Amino acid sequence: MSKEALSENRRLKVALVGNPNSGKSTLFNALTGLHQKIANFPGVTVEKKTGFTKIFHSATGKPTSFEVIDLPGTYSLYPKSPDERIPFEVLCDPGDESHPDIVILIADGTNLKRSLFLASQVIDLKIPCVLAMNMMDLVKEQGIDIKIDELERRLGVRVIPVNARKNIGLEDLKQSLLDDIHVPEKDVFETNELAPSLLKKIREVLQLRSDYAALQIAHHQDAIAGFNISEDQKNILLGLLKNNDFESGKVQSFETLERYKVIHGILQFSMVKGENEKPTLSNRIDKLMVHRVWGYVFFLGILFLMFQAIFNLSAFPMDFIDQTFAGLTEQAHNALPKGVLNDLLVNGVLAGIGGIIIFIPQIAMLFMFIAILEDTGYMARVSFLMDNLMRKFGLNGRSVIPLISGVACAVPAIMSARTIGSWKERIITIMVTPLMSCSARLPVYTLLIALVVPSKMLFGIFNLQGVVMMSLYLIGFVAALAAAALMRWFVKTEERSYFIMEIPVYRMPRWSNVFYTIIEKIRIFLFDAGKIIIAISIVLWFLSSRGPGDQFEQITSQITAMHDRDTNKSEELYKLEAKRLETSYAGHLGHLLEPAIRPLGFDWKIGIALVTSFAAREVFVGTMSTIYSVGQNDEESKTVRDKMQAEINPETGGPRYTPAVAWSLMLFYAFAMQCMSTLAVVKRETGSWKWPIIQFLFMSALAYFSSLIVYQLMS
Amino acid sequence: MKSETARLSTMRRGARCIIESFTDDIMKQKLLEMGCLPGETVSIDRFAPLGCPMAINVSGSIISLRVDEASSVIVTPIS
Repeated sequence: MSKEALSENRRLKVALVGNPNSGKSTLFNALTGLHQKIANFPGVTVEKKTGFTKIFHSATGKPTSFEVIDLPGTYSLYPKSPDERIPFEVLCDPGDESHPDIVILIADGTNLKRSLFLASQVIDLKIPCVLAMNMMDLVKEQGIDIKIDELERRLGVRVIPVNARKNIGLEDLKQSLLDDIHVPEKDVFETNELAPSLLKKIREVLQLRSDYAALQIAHHQDAIAGFNISEDQKNILLGLLKNNDFESGKVQSFETLERYKVIHGILQFSMVKGENEKPTLSNRIDKLMVHRVWGYVFFLGILFLMFQAIFNLSAFPMDFIDQTFAGLTEQAHNALPKGVLNDLLVNGVLAGIGGIIIFIPQIAMLFMFIAILEDTGYMARVSFLMDNLMRKFGLNGRSVIPLISGVACAVPAIMSARTIGSWKERIITIMVTPLMSCSARLPVYTLLIALVVPSKMLFGIFNLQGVVMMSLYLIGFVAALAAAALMRWFVKTEERSYFIMEIPVYRMPRWSNVFYTIIEKIRIFLFDAGKIIIAISIVLWFLSSRGPGDQFEQITSQITAMHDRDTNKSEELYKLEAKRLETSYAGHLGHLLEPAIRPLGFDWKIGIALVTSFAAREVFVGTMSTIYSVGQNDEESKTVRDKMQAEINPETGGPRYTPAVAWSLMLFYAFAMQCMSTLAVVKRETGSWKWPIIQFLFMSALAYFSSLIVYQLMS
Repeated sequence: MKSETARLSTMRRGARCIIESFTDDIMKQKLLEMGCLPGETVSIDRFAPLGCPMAINVSGSIISLRVDEASSVIVTPIS
């Protein structure tokens, strides 16, 4: 960077640009450590990772601050997907808020030809660049000889050998950012002759530094609208391009081929190929990993391990969080002066925060596995194995992980859909994942199954209750695939689905990357989805703890009086609490819902539970306990089951919870979108309220009509 | 020396061939960027268990693509 810019003492922007699997994120983590922040690029749902670092000049000790931007991995500046569009926009629009002062190009030393293709495009944009030659350990191993000096001379930029995994060469790289970085005068590939007059005019309008930036803009007319330039400039540009016979497709392939020729020439002088081309170990592992039988066996084994970890290992921290919050709630309730504020803080805010933090162990556990699978290169094999199967349902090979993780919890599962490259396939995966039966449905299923399914043996080996439970999980899975197959026709996209991807060689996972991934995902969930969850839990608190009219107030004061008089909770108190819930806004909502849900076999009591379940499905059991005046104790689900079993339907004189009602209710819980955390995460991941609303509507409709059909057929 | 051309998708596992041309412009651009240039030697690494996608080895990197995508690549088999 120029001396003036340095002395201005502002933060310099550095962008990382490189191919996928070039070690870009490892370098990013090594440069910035925990000083990272994740947002989305404006207008799109592509993740924008920014980090901060201070570099001290090795001689003078003078510090300079840098903002490091990690741009999505790409093979060229010609975008094929929303992810790949970002590097083009950031680098070619000088007015873009992320437009860098310096670019660090990351090249994979073992695949130099392809790395230099992208690198030379960026160099030709005439942005100051340094090139980090990564994977130097593998380069040595494969016997490749890269003549760094020669390469520097021919490309016109500094080339610094690094090994990002082992922190080798990083200090040199950092110091090079403090130097006066000169922009080479000569293009690596001469662009000018492709369309001399047009490029000249575009350069004049936008005051561009290079012909190549002008060429890129000529290629991407549709992107001009989003550029940070005046309306006049946009109109002049569009006018210029309209009156020109510029053939984008032809010029693009011509450039690609010619550029590769130039690079081939450069490499003839600056690289000697190794004798032991590529390690064959990777290939040998793959004989097993993508084998037609063993490949699937191994994959199932990994999924099994993941599940065990998510279900069992995270149970301990989750119980701990649960108990801590229960203790905290009680302390806060006692410590604070009594009143509405106390109630709001304890039962609204604190309960909401507890409900968010409880997800952290599962998120951490799932992403630990995913990060390891990604980092080792196994995830690419999973896509390879599963693509054909999943594609039949409009999904992608990578949809398998979110779908299966959905059985534990849809929240981390939806966050893991990020790895799906195609926007359409990612949206469909996100939309159908909540149909998989998550662990929050388990208490509801357990209660209802115990209510209507006798515990007897089927064929002498299967417990009938277990069979019903399993069929509920299967129904969820089938519904998810069917919904995906249907949605394929409704989700419109202009991008073409393609599967071309590189299968990287196997490598050991970098534990620091795994660690940063976990931290990043927890942060996103806490701060982005967390806000929405707290807001909704306050609304729900209000609905169930306030009521219209005097009746609610009277009952509340009766309860308070009883609390003051007698700490021993009596039968009478439970009845009053049930009455209070009935007269609250939630209770009124339940009554209001009754006409709509009566065809499903539900009454207003279930209506209340449906309203409160929106916080989380398992709240169903607690609400039922309150409605049926059962105390909150360990035997809760057993006693509430007895009460529900004894309930008489006044219209028929028979039991209220017939198998028809129970099945209708179970299907409703299997399909309905009753989880504010999931909706909050879908909003975060898709970047708009459109998708969570559609999801809520289609899942509600699915739940309503399947319950309706089942109830009407069975009763 | 020049034998008959074929589509990349029809090659068998273990076969080697040389890229000649592309029949689909979008695929062409994408494959060119990834280093699948005309004149490069390709060897067929393997097919996924259900016959799709396939994995090819081009100058040391393994690239996987769907069979219908591979059918847009015209190659000359090396015997």
